[in-house]
Amino acid sequence: MTSTTGRVVNSQPGYLPADNSQPPSRRFRFNEWLDGHARQLFITPAVVMILIFSIFPLVASLIIAFSRVRLKAGGYQVRFVGFQNFSKQIFGSEQFHFLGTFTSLTFLGWAVALSATGAILWWMFRYITTGFSVVGFIGRLITALVILGISWMFAATFFSGNPFGTLGVTLFYVFIGCAIQFIIGLALAFLCSQPIRGRNFFRVVFFIPMMITPIGVGYLFRMMADTTKGPFSPAWQWFGLNDFAWAANPWTARLFIIIGDSWQWIPFIFIILLAAFENIPRDYVEAGQVDGASNWQIFREISWPQVMPVAVTVMLIRVIEGFKIVDLPNIMTSGGPGIATESMSLHSLFAWRSLDLGQSAAIAYLLLFVTVVICVSFFNLIVVNRMRRI
Amino acid sequence: MSNVSNVPPRGLFARLFEPPRIGAMAPGAKFIVYTLLLAWSAFVLFPIYWLLITSVKSAADVNGGPVYIPFVDFIPSLHAWRELFVVDYADTLRAYVNSIIISLAATALAVLIGSMAAYALARIRYQPNLITILLFVLVMAAALFAIGSYGVDWRLVLVVGVGIFYFLSKAVASRVHVPLANGDILFWMISQRILAPIVVVVPIYMMFQSVRMLDTHLAIILTYAVVNLPIVIWLMYDFFNSIPKDLEESAQLDGATMIMTFREIVLPLSRAGLAATTLLVMILCWNEYLLALFLSTAKAQTMPILVAAMNAGERGILWWSMSVVIIVMIIPVVFMAIVLQRYISKGVLLGAVKG
Repeated sequence: MTSTTGRVVNSQPGYLPADNSQPPSRRFRFNEWLDGHARQLFITPAVVMILIFSIFPLVASLIIAFSRVRLKAGGYQVRFVGFQNFSKQIFGSEQFHFLGTFTSLTFLGWAVALSATGAILWWMFRYITTGFSVVGFIGRLITALVILGISWMFAATFFSGNPFGTLGVTLFYVFIGCAIQFIIGLALAFLCSQPIRGRNFFRVVFFIPMMITPIGVGYLFRMMADTTKGPFSPAWQWFGLNDFAWAANPWTARLFIIIGDSWQWIPFIFIILLAAFENIPRDYVEAGQVDGASNWQIFREISWPQVMPVAVTVMLIRVIEGFKIVDLPNIMTSGGPGIATESMSLHSLFAWRSLDLGQSAAIAYLLLFVTVVICVSFFNLIVVNRMRRI
Repeated sequence: MSNVSNVPPRGLFARLFEPPRIGAMAPGAKFIVYTLLLAWSAFVLFPIYWLLITSVKSAADVNGGPVYIPFVDFIPSLHAWRELFVVDYADTLRAYVNSIIISLAATALAVLIGSMAAYALARIRYQPNLITILLFVLVMAAALFAIGSYGVDWRLVLVVGVGIFYFLSKAVASRVHVPLANGDILFWMISQRILAPIVVVVPIYMMFQSVRMLDTHLAIILTYAVVNLPIVIWLMYDFFNSIPKDLEESAQLDGATMIMTFREIVLPLSRAGLAATTLLVMILCWNEYLLALFLSTAKAQTMPILVAAMNAGERGILWWSMSVVIIVMIIPVVFMAIVLQRYISKGVLLGAVKG
């Protein structure tokens, strides 16, 4: 056997040095042991780390969510209380905080609730009549129930003129924020993929906001939005809006947070979609130009189908990260005015600060549940579907 | 240009939006593209410009209304820089060093462990038993319940729990085998990213408290490494799959062990993927705030905590000092991004996202 390095020969299983009279060295035996257990050695560290720092806290958090935790000398006292923490959020005294304030539905509220219900029933009915599998049915049933609950929640709060709670705020950030970020990110990536000069300059500049710590972005936008001392205060004064404060009105406060969040996260969508656009062979686009297609036609018929699989996955990542939003509302408005900009993560953090660990864990679990249902539905119903079609 | 004569004459507007030749852009379209891109650059750069000038403003300049151009509108002074790097240099330096240690170590740990796992999942077939896993989770839940509700000492519970788990897995799991595949493990690991930090941070806090490791570097390093492990596994799994297996197979024919193949053939080949992953994880660790807030009180404080600390006291927010901290936080990231930029622009991240 002609091996290049001595080490390779040494650790070959079953190989012993020519001089068999000497016992194999300790290093040799260790290497042989390593090689024999390579299968486990490669994956065990990751599994153990995830078990200790992710699964263990997850189970512990579940237990906390079902109990009342009291601090006592030298430790904690945990008392099992069943679903009390959850029912308090959904039906009890904290309902206004989590779901929003309910009154009787207005006409618009009824219209939204009933049309959402109808659409979901129709969707389930079509699934049952076309193709049916038990797992698929259960999955769709869970998705349908969650979406139904959310649409009734919005119908009873937002569409009936009542304030909504942290669940609604989180969903607002995720869906409206991600939609804005996706549209702008896609547009910038498309523009930047055109044959223009200075592409590298734009690429570097557009990437900068992602490098700033989210908490820094929060304070930076507070400076920007200041209507008396901020850089745009002359403009505010000119419009006669000296007394206007972004953080004083629920909707401007939410908009303000979405602007900050978009400023920070558009670069992420931009950089990946730009790579996707640059991956399209130039020939395709040029063939389109030869055939006399307009720019819009080239985008719609040539670029978009190539970019779409990437775009869908980027959106999935962004939605997953979007549900975790906590730094920006905490810094920019500290959840205010009232609870108008409080995301579920922040709600949980505030509950922890008031040492109500059970409530904090219950809210965190509700967040986890909503995130998992929405992300898994998105993945199974949209991503997988798109992949199959291509 | 022989074909020009064949084109019928058109209006000025139509000609503006007609490419002069294939592969080039029409002048009108070019104008629109540049306008939009420059507008967005302004939107991105103006806040950063404001950050830079705020860091050299005096308190009076900030509080007296907006002033825009140094040396014209106001006299820049380095008082905030001086305060942070001369007067309070101990605090600033400690946070900076902490941040550097923590993000470097956490990134190294996450990239090492994550790429090992990703390589194993890309090359070796695993068949873990679902029953063993369920048993493990059940025993863990029971153990936690015993600790929480009845105050049993955690060391005792650990020993007994391991014993019970070992016994049960020998007794039950060896008879009933429900095998999972590599795809399941991969999905399990990547799906950990869905966990919002807030879900797990309280138990992690209690865990480190019970072993007296709160406010240490190691606690934050381990937590950051695990939080970012899913990203590493996802990106690197895809990258390893794109490397042809022939090289590794010929190395194995020559008698190289798996560890050697990984270290001397696979890792050098996947330099681009490693660079992009490292940069991404590094940025995330460097900027993380919530976990650091829970796990550090004084000694192990990182830079984001220092940013938040500028909002303390009766003097209100120290905008000038905060700007300085944010600026010095950006510098290392920009430096790393420039060093690793060519790997990012190659679209390494794209591969994983394509799925």
